[in-house]
Amino acid sequence: MSENKGLLKEIAEYKWKFTMTPARKVLLLLAGLGVVCMLYRLATGLGTSTNLSDKWPWGLWIGFDVLTGVALAGGGYGTAIIVHVLHRNKYHAIARSAMLTSLLGYLLVMAGLFMDIGQWFNFWRPFVSWGHSSVLFEVFWCVSCYTTVQVLEFGEIVTEKVGTKYHEAFKKALPVLMIIGIVFPTLHQSSLGALYLIMVDKLYPLWWSPYIGLLFLMSSFFVGPAMICVETALAGKAFNHEVPIPVLRGLVRISGVFMVLYLGLKLYDLANRGVFNLMFEGNLEGNLFLLEIILGIIIPIIIAFSGMSNTRRGLVTFGVLVSGGLIFNRMNVVFTGMSAAIGGWYFPSIMEWSVSIGLVAIGCLVYCFIVENFNILEHGEHKVIA
Amino acid sequence: MAKGVLVDITRCMGCKSCQVACKQWNDLPASNPAFANGLTSPPDMDGYTYTTVKMEVIERDRDYIIRGAKRQCMHCEHPACASACFAKALQRDPKTGAVLYYPHLCVGCRYCMLACPFDIPKYQWDKQFPLVAKCQFCFDPEGKYDRLGRGLAPACVDTCPTGALKFGERDELLKEAWSRINSNPKYLKKVMGEKEAGGTSWLYISDVPFETFGFRPNLGIKPLPEYSHNFLKWTPIIAMGWGTLLTVLYHYTKRREQIASEGDKNVHM
Repeated sequence: MSENKGLLKEIAEYKWKFTMTPARKVLLLLAGLGVVCMLYRLATGLGTSTNLSDKWPWGLWIGFDVLTGVALAGGGYGTAIIVHVLHRNKYHAIARSAMLTSLLGYLLVMAGLFMDIGQWFNFWRPFVSWGHSSVLFEVFWCVSCYTTVQVLEFGEIVTEKVGTKYHEAFKKALPVLMIIGIVFPTLHQSSLGALYLIMVDKLYPLWWSPYIGLLFLMSSFFVGPAMICVETALAGKAFNHEVPIPVLRGLVRISGVFMVLYLGLKLYDLANRGVFNLMFEGNLEGNLFLLEIILGIIIPIIIAFSGMSNTRRGLVTFGVLVSGGLIFNRMNVVFTGMSAAIGGWYFPSIMEWSVSIGLVAIGCLVYCFIVENFNILEHGEHKVIA
Repeated sequence: MAKGVLVDITRCMGCKSCQVACKQWNDLPASNPAFANGLTSPPDMDGYTYTTVKMEVIERDRDYIIRGAKRQCMHCEHPACASACFAKALQRDPKTGAVLYYPHLCVGCRYCMLACPFDIPKYQWDKQFPLVAKCQFCFDPEGKYDRLGRGLAPACVDTCPTGALKFGERDELLKEAWSRINSNPKYLKKVMGEKEAGGTSWLYISDVPFETFGFRPNLGIKPLPEYSHNFLKWTPIIAMGWGTLLTVLYHYTKRREQIASEGDKNVHM
């Protein structure tokens, strides 16, 4: 049907939709502000736009946009394992939206990372100058490759609408892409945590751990379903689309199992290194650690394995607590756990905030645009309820 | 063999000529004086200052003594910064032991700053395209700022009037450090840098605690790059194993699904 048309012509002639709502106007404003700040930062350097210093070389952009962003985008590979490798077709309903969130998450992480590097025109350097003894090298390669793989995976969805003659090729490549697309994030979710292995004398013992890589990996896996709960609740409102409770509940329980394992490993490790009592010291680190574990892990486990996960309210609470707990954990690693060792004071500047918020706003807008134009929420046997 | 410098804190009189020599030799810009504790100036190293003498007043026997410790890159034998750099912008020269920074390779991720157990690398925060700054041990393969490669002592050592800094072979300096410690009871029984973080080219001896001058009290003796290596060595195994397992699972569950759906059809027929 499209043999006679060029790809560009096809894109130009496709009927693109974008509904304007008050919420989206606010998002557009925030996105615009973020873009202005990003351009200013790239033009003038890090010193004028951020509150970073020699004591605090890593701040909000690394802590939130990169470390947290990658973990929250972990829902993609988790879902890929469940749906496309284990063929649990019950969960097909959320596969595409989870992977879309993941793709957007990674693109935003790349943008955040790009903002944070001083010699940004030199970003390609590690592709040719192999510092392979660095954990960051693994992060860099895996994130770049995985983002590429995700864009290709997404090609299968895009070519349903435009560039349809390439659809079959993308469809054929999908299983291979899926498996590569699971191996990469498994490697770099753990290596993001392992970045801190070398800071053994700096990161507070409640967070530094020889297992920090494994702990980061596990948390990125169990936060996936939590993000899906939050995301489907939001998308449910915005697009009049509801994912059946049993589907979400199943995912939340898988998540719960991994949270129990996570908690077990965490407690074993603390006892093993003889730092278990540090959490009851009553100092800032101890208290924040307790808050993180109780709100982000223990209460969600109770929700997952009780009747509460039978209700939408329970599922959303689970989602908010686990996602919030994960953000809190990453912030604790980057800030709370380091502050005693490196001293001084850091609070993100207005520009750092607006870039981070702007990037999230861009993500939300692109998500809305894609959901309106491609088959994300309804495809296959699964149809919109309303 | 790797070179080294022995810093005897008891011999430093705080004249800061080493700081001036460093600025002059390396063409580093000077700035308006700023002080910490009234005596240390500049208060810390920064994007344009490779070394600073940390002056501290210490109470002892109802009296006060002043001690100064020159701080700069320690030139570790197993540098955490070099192992943390993902673009090889930091490399250790095996012949001299100098840990060198190659600006053209730097991406500006600042992982080196966090990885360094001595908090040495600094950043040019005011620049549009900032670079990392740290002592290069007066070694420069390109020649312009080279002293070590030509058999000369670093500029700071060359200018020290009291012998608080001594340049030489690391092994011999270590022997000398211990003989000074053993022949005079005023010294602490420790050479900072002998084993810390796997050993450093710069060695310190002192009669007041090293923590006074900003050395971390809990520095282990294990080379820091080992922590990363012990993690990264699993990467190929996990990548291959996990990939294989996923492929097997993919085909297994797909086949099982097919058989199940064919079974369904038979029932319905």
